[in-house]
Order: sequence, then structure tokens, then C-alpha cells
Amino acid sequence: MWRDAVLVAGKDLRIEARSRVATNQVLPFAFLVLVLFAFALDTNRGVLTQASAGLYWVAVLFSALLAVQRSSAIETADGATDQLRLSGLDPAGIFLGKVTAVAAQLLVLEVALGAGIMILYNTSIHGVILVVATCLFATAGLAAAGTLYGSLAAGLKVRETLLPLLLLPVAAPVLLAATEAWQAALAGHPSDGTQWLRLLGVFATVYLTFGVLAAGSLLEES
Amino acid sequence: MNKWVVPAVGVGALAFSAAAIVDGLWILGPTAEQGDYSKLLVVHPPVATIAYVAFGVTALASLLYLIPRTRRREWDQLAGASAEVGVVFCALTLVTGSIWGRPVWGVWWTWDARLTATALLLVLFLGYLALRRIPAQEVVRGRRCAVAALIAILDVPIDHFATSWWQTLHQGSSIDLLQPDKHLDTSHNVALLLGFIAMTLVYVWLVVKRYRVEQLENRYEDEGLTLALDARRAEGGIPVGAGR
Repeated sequence: MWRDAVLVAGKDLRIEARSRVATNQVLPFAFLVLVLFAFALDTNRGVLTQASAGLYWVAVLFSALLAVQRSSAIETADGATDQLRLSGLDPAGIFLGKVTAVAAQLLVLEVALGAGIMILYNTSIHGVILVVATCLFATAGLAAAGTLYGSLAAGLKVRETLLPLLLLPVAAPVLLAATEAWQAALAGHPSDGTQWLRLLGVFATVYLTFGVLAAGSLLEES
Repeated sequence: MNKWVVPAVGVGALAFSAAAIVDGLWILGPTAEQGDYSKLLVVHPPVATIAYVAFGVTALASLLYLIPRTRRREWDQLAGASAEVGVVFCALTLVTGSIWGRPVWGVWWTWDARLTATALLLVLFLGYLALRRIPAQEVVRGRRCAVAALIAILDVPIDHFATSWWQTLHQGSSIDLLQPDKHLDTSHNVALLLGFIAMTLVYVWLVVKRYRVEQLENRYEDEGLTLALDARRAEGGIPVGAGR
């Protein structure tokens, strides 16, 4: 399973590196979201700095939607799903591989967006350990839930509209917990954020486990 | 199923609903803390609990559909029927809660853990119903929907225990099955029981009706083409069933 996961993750990341969709489209979109928030809040630096944790994670969430749609689109084009099914790879390995690829892209994006809020919103990053741990757990949860729902909506003509409806409610607890943990870290009270970190850990574990269990059922279809 | 059972459930649902309304509006007295607003107790906890039950039935039927040994079309139909009714009950939970919240809390809505989790539950199952509406092969659609239902059901325990896990404006449970008189007096317990029986019967009746509609829709999908061919043949004077 792990070997298959590495193979699939490598394949997805190679496709992304060659197509440059993540760097040329998803990353600029994430920055655009940050800029639009500034317009919406009337470039009030005090409000922007205060709300930077929440705005950051909303930008990550929107970008995650694009990354997940892209990840499932790779498999639906040119009958790639059928070839994956016939390849004999473990479905759980395929799921974990796709999660890893999405998570790797999101982590790069999060670093870039972190620099973005420091520059645009005048936010100082404190509590680096909590900030990094939050990013890791939240990314694992978002990537797992996103890949799971991406598989559900794969191949559907209404995928673009259906995926946000399915994924955003599930990702809402991640948004909430990650924002709270970041707010605690940025305010210089990392101990207040540990309970939210635990919630993020539970969320990531549940969706990773569920995805591994359901991967076989989802891959055998269509 | 005996042909009298479903009409009997329907009549029972009507009778108990009428009894709960009469008891709630005219017999049950106001409480010292909340006055007449406490009468919403007859409706709100029962519809919320039945919403949980409905989504629980959907999840159980979905699980049975996902397991190859127990996979039957009927489980998928039951899951869909129960989810649809559950969404109605979940929406009613939010509406009745808001009606109560406006005079007691002073707001229609507050970002409390219980309320937010219930709203998420509604949106999750609306997504599930949207997934069900997308045309696909029966097995493909059934499997996708079953997975989506099992993901969505994870919100039910979060919603239920939200008042214990977080500090919420929403009060804790008013019902203690081991000590019924702990939070409520006998008259409120009776009214609550009437509400629970009424809503349970309404749920069962609606699910049975919706399940039958699902069966008819599937039958129409199965036989629709054959019937259309027969109709065209009949127009052309060709005997029905010829050439099959």
C-alpha cells in the first residue's frame, strides 16, 4: 500500500510540476483572495491584522477546492481512472498517494500565503511550533476529506458545482479549529491552541481512515 | 406489509399530532422562567431527535448497501427516503429553535456550537440529496451516496454532544430517561412524550410513502423504455411485445 501511495503521489506531483497549474493558477488565485479580503475590509490594517488567521484559512480552503478539483480531473481525463483500476495498485495506496500529492501542494501554498499575510496584513508570526503543527494537521484533514469527496464527484458533469457543496461543510470544522489554533499562536498564547490542535488531529485521522476503507468501493465504480 | 398498517400509522400520526397540539397550546401551563415559550418543548426536542434517527437510518442502510454481502437496492432506496425526511426534520429543528431563540435569547441565530453543528448537518445532507439527484448507473450512484452518507453522519455525535464538549448558549438536554422528573414536571413530560410519539409516527409514515415513490421511480426507469417501445408499436399497429 505504501509503495503504491509513493508511486501515485510521485505521478501526481510530476504532472503538476509539468503542467504548472498549481504555480500559475492556484497560487495567484490564493493571493487574489487575500487582496480581495483587503478590499472588502476597506484596507483597515487593524481589522486585517486581527482577522488574519481566519482570512488565511479561508484562502487556504478556497485554494484547496481548486487543488482537489484538479487532482480528480487528472484521473477523469483520457480514461485514466480505468487504467488506474487495471494497474493492480492497492485502492488505499492510490487514495493515500493522491492525499499526499494534494497535501504537498497545499503546504507549499500555505508557506506562500503565510508570507502574504505577513506582508499584506502586517501580521507577525509567533508560536512557530503551533503554527507549523496546525498547518500539518489541517492540511492532512483537508487533503483527506477533499480527495474523498473529489473521488465521489469525479466524472460527474456537475463536479465543479457539487464539490464545494459537499466539501465545504465537512471542511468547516478544520477552518474553525485551524483559525482558533492560529489565533492563539499569533496572540502569543500557544497553550490555548492545543485543544484545537487535538481536534484537527482527530479530524485528519477520521478522514484518512475513512478514505482508506472506502477507497476500494469508490475506485471499483463508474 | 398488511395494507392497513400504513394508513393506521398515518391516522395515528394525525391523532397524536392533534393531541400534542391541544396539550401544548391549551393544557400545558407556562413555566416560571420562560413563560409560554417553554411550550415549544413539545415540538423542538422531538423533531431534533427524529432528525438524528432519520440520518442514523440513512447511515445504517448505506452501510448495508456498501457491504457486498448485504447489498440490495432496497437499502439504497431506504437511505434516500430517510435522508429526505431527515432534512425536513432538521430544517424544522432550526426553524423551531429560532422561533424560541428570538424571544428567549434575543436573537434569531447565534454562532453557538450546537446551532452551527445542526446547520452543518442540514447542509451535509442537502449535499447528499444533491448527489442522489445526479443521473448515473444505479450501482454507481448507490455506492457514491452511501459513502457520502457515512461521512455526513459523523456530524451527528458532534452535534449531540456539542453542549457537553463546548460552552454553549444552547442548554443541555432537558430529558433524563433515568430520572424523568429531574428537569421537567409530569405535565411537561407527558406533553413531550406525546410530541415524540407524534413525530415518530409522522416520520415512519413519510418514510414509507417516500420509499414507495423511490421504488416506483426505479420501476419507471427499468420499464420506461419497454413501455415507450410498446406505445410506439401500438401506434403503428404492431402487436405489443413483437420483436423482443
